Amino acid sequence: MNFVAPDFMPVLPELLVLTMACLVLVIDVFLEQRQRHITYGLAQLTLVGAALLTLVTYAQAPVTTMFGHYIKDAMGDLLKLFIYLATAVVFLYSRDYLKQRDLFKGEYYVLGLFGVLGMMIMVSAHSLLSVYLGLELLSLSLYALVVTDRDSPVASEAAMKYFVLGSLASGMLLYGISMIYGATGSVDLQVVADAVAVQGKDNLVLVFGLVFLVVGLSFKLGAVPFHMWLPDVYQGAPTSVTLYIGSAPKLAAFALVMRILVEGLGALQDDWHQMLIILSALSIALGNLAALMQSNIKRMLAYSTISHVGFLLLGILSGTPEGYAAAMFYTIVYVLMAVGAFGVIIMLSRAGFEAENIDDFKGLNDRSPWLAFLMMMIMMSMAGVPFLVGFYAKWVVLQAIINVGLVWLALLGVLFSVIGAFYYLRVIKCMYFDKPEQSGEPITLSMDTEIAISANGLLVVVLGLYPTALMDVVRSGLLN
Amino acid sequence: MGFEKFLFYVFALILIFAAVRVITVRNSVHAALFLVLAFFTSAALWLLIEAEFLAITLVLVYVGAVMVLFLFVVMMLDLNVDPVREGFIKYLPVGAAVALLIVIEMGLVVGSSYFATDQYSLVARAADYSNTKELGSVLYTFYVYPFEIASVILLVAIVAAISLTMRRREGVKAQDPGRQVRASRDDRVRLVHLAPEKKK
Repeated sequence: MNFVAPDFMPVLPELLVLTMACLVLVIDVFLEQRQRHITYGLAQLTLVGAALLTLVTYAQAPVTTMFGHYIKDAMGDLLKLFIYLATAVVFLYSRDYLKQRDLFKGEYYVLGLFGVLGMMIMVSAHSLLSVYLGLELLSLSLYALVVTDRDSPVASEAAMKYFVLGSLASGMLLYGISMIYGATGSVDLQVVADAVAVQGKDNLVLVFGLVFLVVGLSFKLGAVPFHMWLPDVYQGAPTSVTLYIGSAPKLAAFALVMRILVEGLGALQDDWHQMLIILSALSIALGNLAALMQSNIKRMLAYSTISHVGFLLLGILSGTPEGYAAAMFYTIVYVLMAVGAFGVIIMLSRAGFEAENIDDFKGLNDRSPWLAFLMMMIMMSMAGVPFLVGFYAKWVVLQAIINVGLVWLALLGVLFSVIGAFYYLRVIKCMYFDKPEQSGEPITLSMDTEIAISANGLLVVVLGLYPTALMDVVRSGLLN
Repeated sequence: MGFEKFLFYVFALILIFAAVRVITVRNSVHAALFLVLAFFTSAALWLLIEAEFLAITLVLVYVGAVMVLFLFVVMMLDLNVDPVREGFIKYLPVGAAVALLIVIEMGLVVGSSYFATDQYSLVARAADYSNTKELGSVLYTFYVYPFEIASVILLVAIVAAISLTMRRREGVKAQDPGRQVRASRDDRVRLVHLAPEKKK
């Protein structure tokens, strides 16, 4: 047997994150509670290091290594950079929240880093096996993170639901993978793609496996009708974990759909095109309608996530490079807005008080005009108000599907976005025009958090004015 | 070939029977034992296709370790499954109808003719052919990346399980071997100088 050691250079960022996660795990054991900020610092350092490694080895042309299980391409590297950035901001925002709640423990950062590793593996997976294993690594970390606050019955319930439904989704995905493997005889996405192109739709097993794959992916994305876990998990988890779940994993989920459906099963596009139309239309409609009726802001944002997932799928189902670029742009912008929105929620919470209801935002303008302004920008951007980045993201996605002739779907998207604008505007109304129920003290933030949230909110405005800057980066990532 | 086929059908029938009993039997200890039977018969099926290493691993790991642990847990927790089964009759018609529909649909689509089974026919091997060596040589070379990720998943599972269950409680009277070993004579023995008593 001939064995040549694989090229380890492309995998360096993954190796770094893995090593550092194990190191943090060991170092954390020897730290006193008051030294816990060392764990936090090491976690941030890991993300910075991984980002530097990814930048240094940025892919000019796609390279596969590890015997076809790993691919390094510009799309993967770009998504990884955004994953590091989103996670670093999440760690920063949640630091003070965790400290106030006696949850400032090493596990949050260790599991967070392992989650990042799982996302990185998904993003640069080149075989069905590594796709699945990366997804499991991320999911397992998330299940455990949801229940970090062990004494909260709501969190336990949410974690249990997430775990059971997540396992079901993994089962679906595995079943689909086994069908594809049975029909093509390989797990390597390139070999699968070639075999599918030859067999095409003559082979019913391929389409059958595709159905299971799409169901499994929709579960993980939270697309209607496989969305049931999402509101409960968003509401039940501690806000710091909701922030984590709602941000970087969406980037990995986008990569997952791209790798499996576009790269692996691109030849079956006619089939998954129809499935995604149904999923996205239902997600946009139900997500926006259900969000109207929520009084808990975390739950409201969960339903809003579902509607945004619908838009993401719109971009992918168009099946054109323009559509993929639009979907990737949308995902990145959504993560930017979600981090900001959950970030503001986390900053309103104090020791012994959770800002969970929309009513808790009443009179925020009197307590902290700057935070209220940032939240207003983020909410308006999510609603798709012109000259903010959320508007441009919706615009390019709708343009992509109109170009493939799905005008009715674009109209549906616009219609429900208009309906959805109501619940975003309600938050703004609460902040600016309502009197607070009890007089809250002004909000004090630490310096680094304040800078980060300001940058986050202002980025929504700046990117809204110059969207082409980000769009060019996304295009260059997808088209090389 | 005839006898092998006969064995296959015997084991397959036992496997299906055991698997059905796992989810229908009322007593959870019995369910665990039926699961053991299911593992055992699947190991026999693997032996039939000459996957000896996998068959033995299945028996050693699952029957020998995992299921024994499972039985302990079931016996200790004394689970009462009756409330879980409350809606069983109510949902049975819907569930059965959906299951039947899926089975029929799958039967229509997933015939063996669609899979490229002819590509993967059994290759006759010499008697000294080592299954284990063959598996090991691909597992640690061409599949080393997924293999390592699987080990990281196990590590995360350990971290998650410990972080969920370990609590530092105050005031627990436990021994600290380190302190016991470090103890010197001075910590234990105190010489007291007593003035001798005088008899009156």
